[in-house]
Amino acid sequence: MVGTFDLWGLTKTVLFYALVVFIVVVSVFPFYYAILTSFKTGTDLFRVTYWPTSFSWENYLSVLSQGSFPRNLWNSIFVASVTVILALFIAITAAFALSRVRFRGRGLLLMTILGISMFPQIAVLAGLFEVVRFLGIYNTPWALIFSYTIFTLPFTVWVLTTFMRDLPIEIEEAAIVDGATPWVIITRVFMPLMWPALVTTGLLAFIAAWNEFLFALTFTSSNLTRTVPVAIALLSGGSQYEIPWGIIMAASVIVTVPLVVLVLIFQRKIVSGLTAGGVKG
Amino acid sequence: MTTEAIAPPVVVPGRAIKSELMRQRARAARWFLVPMMIALAVVAGWPLLRSIWFSFTDASLTNLVGANFVGFNNYLRWTTLASGRTVFQGLLVDPAWWNAVWNTLRFAVTSVFFEALFGMAVALVLNAEFKGRGIVRAAILIPWAIPTVVSAKMWSWMLNDQFGILNDLGMRLGLLSQKVAWTASPETAMTAVLVVDIWKTTPFMALLILAGLQMIPKDIYEAAEIDGVHPVKQFFKITLPLVRPALMVAIIFRLLDAMRIFDLIYVLTPNSVATKTMSVLARENLFDFDKFAYGSAQATLLFLIIAGMTILYIWLGKVRFDGGDR
Repeated sequence: MVGTFDLWGLTKTVLFYALVVFIVVVSVFPFYYAILTSFKTGTDLFRVTYWPTSFSWENYLSVLSQGSFPRNLWNSIFVASVTVILALFIAITAAFALSRVRFRGRGLLLMTILGISMFPQIAVLAGLFEVVRFLGIYNTPWALIFSYTIFTLPFTVWVLTTFMRDLPIEIEEAAIVDGATPWVIITRVFMPLMWPALVTTGLLAFIAAWNEFLFALTFTSSNLTRTVPVAIALLSGGSQYEIPWGIIMAASVIVTVPLVVLVLIFQRKIVSGLTAGGVKG
Repeated sequence: MTTEAIAPPVVVPGRAIKSELMRQRARAARWFLVPMMIALAVVAGWPLLRSIWFSFTDASLTNLVGANFVGFNNYLRWTTLASGRTVFQGLLVDPAWWNAVWNTLRFAVTSVFFEALFGMAVALVLNAEFKGRGIVRAAILIPWAIPTVVSAKMWSWMLNDQFGILNDLGMRLGLLSQKVAWTASPETAMTAVLVVDIWKTTPFMALLILAGLQMIPKDIYEAAEIDGVHPVKQFFKITLPLVRPALMVAIIFRLLDAMRIFDLIYVLTPNSVATKTMSVLARENLFDFDKFAYGSAQATLLFLIIAGMTILYIWLGKVRFDGGDR
């Protein structure tokens, strides 16, 4: 009896760990395979292998030396950073008002912000195109910084509002007794407490801006102004039938590695930020 | 007596100061909201109104300002021929549009269904205590962190008809009798898109569900254990009902998100009629075919569909708060 019971327990453990291994392999394999491919060249590329067989930096060298990829990389960094800084700057005061002050229409405003974050981007594309052309920023990074506000701002406002709501009222009351104005309360009292939340929100908004495709595809038209996702999507070889898979994979790895490293470092914070943006909605 | 007589007047100025403070705060709050509201109005409100306006005009890419109002012509118009037959034209009778609507709905419902299913499984695994849990959580964050365009490229290489590793694997394991052109053939294109989207988005679902699971108090399970309730029954009678609010929110969010899918399909299966969704079709009309007004009409309809779903969700959410739970 004892023997069969143990066997059942063992089977359960084995099955559980098999599931765990399966989840890990499925999650990681495509990225692993992209890295594997990025180090292959020539005919090696077209031989399917499951383990590293050859090793060459050639694809990396050609993606970083030829064409506009370094410029695209810089565009992406610039656009995503400026977008995030602007969004955080506008969001922090708005989040204070939405979380700490009672006023009429607050619920409606919060609903509107949530609604905007659910907007299909295609619905504003035509109108934004007109505004972008009117402002004379078509085919510049500013067109993207401007348009990305539509998803980074509602998101940052929403997450910072949920975070600020949880800050203890006593801190604020003490500051009010000392005669602090709301502006002083935000900058001197809340900001020091908010750093973790700002980092998390900023990082998530950064990733969203870094990955954005539709606006970047529509509002830029030359190789030099494109961001990385568009550049990778449009990378092509000498002819229509010759897709440079090695170079595409090298570019993909270059774009993804910093994100994966950031995400792994800030794992816990990102998970809590995601759930604040989602579940508490 | 004297103290009591004095006391009330002291309270009144106190209240006045307090409400003056509240007024000051409300005033400050209004100013704090101004930058955000201007930004959202310029970047979301106005463009949305203009897009809707364009859908009622004959605007073209090169002539946005001089567009003329044409009423509902982009949506539906009809002409009666000399023979007495009435011919309908416009978006509402356009088979390409309804194909895109069907593709979008099929994609959204199928992908979210599987994401919820697999997300639940992954969340249950992560909620158990075992060695190496940290590694699993780190691993599932990788698909989420990879940009959509990049994952589309990675998978289109893996799904390549001649040199793709998945065809190779399928042949080796005897699952496939011949190599399949996953992304190119109309029968499998949607499956390919679904596989990539489910791979990429299940982690997000799993993390949201996991947050819900972790809020369930442990002693409920201990009590069930003592009563000898079977683990499967525990899942359906305890876990599922308690995690349902978190699960529903996650599903609705994902559903609304899936309805607007663009980048994955644009990169993975370009020009495939079998996967063309509303967003892809609308952008094509707006910028590639120079049917700006027609594309605007499609974008407007997609907006109305998503807005309708959102309102329905908020409405149903209210019902749940009033009735069921507490």
